Amino acid sequence: MREVAIIGVGMVECGELWEKSLRTIWAGAALAALEDAGVDSVDHITVGCMSPGLFVGQEHLASLLADELGMAGVAATRVESACASGGLALRAGIAEVASGLADVVLVSGVEKMTDVDGADATYALGSAADQEWEGFHGITFPGLYAMMARAHMAHHGTTSRQLAAVAAKNHANGLLNPHAQFHLKVSIDDVLASTMVADPLHLLDCSPITDGAAAVLLMPLARAKDLAGRRPVVRVTGSGMATDTITLANREDLARLRAVELAGERAYTMAGKGPRDIHVAEVHDCFTIAEIMATEALGFFAAGEGGTAAEAGSTALGGKLPINTSGGLKAKGHPVGATGVAQVVEIVTQLRGEAGQRQVSGATVGLTQNMGGSGGSSIVHIMEVE
Amino acid sequence: MFSPARSWREFPQRYRLEAARCTVCGKIHYPPRLVCSACRGRTFETVAMPREGAVVTFTTIHVPPKGFTEQSPLDIAIVELANGVRVMVQVADLPEADELRIGDPVRLEFRRICDDGEAGLIFYGHKAVRAR
Ligand SMILES: [Zn+2]
Repeated sequence: MREVAIIGVGMVECGELWEKSLRTIWAGAALAALEDAGVDSVDHITVGCMSPGLFVGQEHLASLLADELGMAGVAATRVESACASGGLALRAGIAEVASGLADVVLVSGVEKMTDVDGADATYALGSAADQEWEGFHGITFPGLYAMMARAHMAHHGTTSRQLAAVAAKNHANGLLNPHAQFHLKVSIDDVLASTMVADPLHLLDCSPITDGAAAVLLMPLARAKDLAGRRPVVRVTGSGMATDTITLANREDLARLRAVELAGERAYTMAGKGPRDIHVAEVHDCFTIAEIMATEALGFFAAGEGGTAAEAGSTALGGKLPINTSGGLKAKGHPVGATGVAQVVEIVTQLRGEAGQRQVSGATVGLTQNMGGSGGSSIVHIMEVE
Repeated sequence: MFSPARSWREFPQRYRLEAARCTVCGKIHYPPRLVCSACRGRTFETVAMPREGAVVTFTTIHVPPKGFTEQSPLDIAIVELANGVRVMVQVADLPEADELRIGDPVRLEFRRICDDGEAGLIFYGHKAVRAR
């Protein structure tokens, strides 16, 4: 396999982008990544998008987007693994470059979620659960994570305050990220005082509905070094993906995310690294409990200690291992198909030393963890400065 | 998502709670499937599910999805039945002051789950109620 480098990153601001269509949002991020890399042609475009069919009534998305960029003729593939579609788009791009099928791949993710109302958005997101045996009974995504939160609390003594600490920390980070959907200070008490969505999860434990897109450019490491000049080159050294039962009732332990554990192990093995080697990480905090469970599954903290660590500030900027310096899905926003790529944009920015006020000093090894649905799939990548 | 054909083919599981027991390793699957998730066995016998079980985890949904808004707030639990099979079901008839706890005994009852406005279908299945 050839070694793969990320040579350009691009992102548009996340939010309720009423004035922009899916293709316009996507093209903004794609152009930014091409410009950042100094490249104007690609061999392949991968697009992570969860449900353009339900959100905007559009399928056949990759071809549409290639044309939007004036690149009709190029190979283009849309991949889907619910909210992990973006991470999967990166993995698909890596496979193209590593195998030699393509030299230059534009990896992208996009979701346009605000063209439908809240009820239809809830329905579209709900299609990442088992529709016949979970959706049938009226479950929602906050409900699924609430049931995991309840199990985690019962097994480990995790508290609502610890969950709220994750939200407060990620909003504090979001204040430092110009691309974030929300720039607001949120305290632990604000979270605990917000409306209950699905007991024990409050409104401020949940990530928002977001329009957004992100893109990165891949090429073989040798070529990237020539192109980068004096700018640091970031290499993808580990990629792991794993699945679990989508149906929550079929999981042996509801307080664990098995797909995250497996994807993490595979990525660590490929990179020859372990949890203690990671300097900065973006994890999938679609709900506050998800960040706590992911940090345990990735081995950053022992099982049951993720909540305590968050409350103690271990995952804040300046802490032992800063998590979600971008603001995470919580504050940066969660355009589901774009999220996995947006995580990579943040880690590359950190490893290049270009993260400004939220820079983790001396970070040379970073990790991203993207998750589909209630943990039915997960994708982990490890990146290092060359 | 709901269609008459789907409703009809799910009658054995939804109405009669039929499950499939792997004849190789004994694991019981609900709903029935073609490959055993424990041993990959492919031969099964049909068994009936018990109605009694206990709460494994639960939530109260204050923002229910389409089709369930008139039932708000919606109590949902994962219940482990007496045969070890876990199912996700609504918990019905729970007064607001009545706090559910992990381990509480429940019993499954046949109830109306929701209506589908467009197709005019009414869906039935099982909900949990407190076992007295
Ligand atoms: Zn078996």
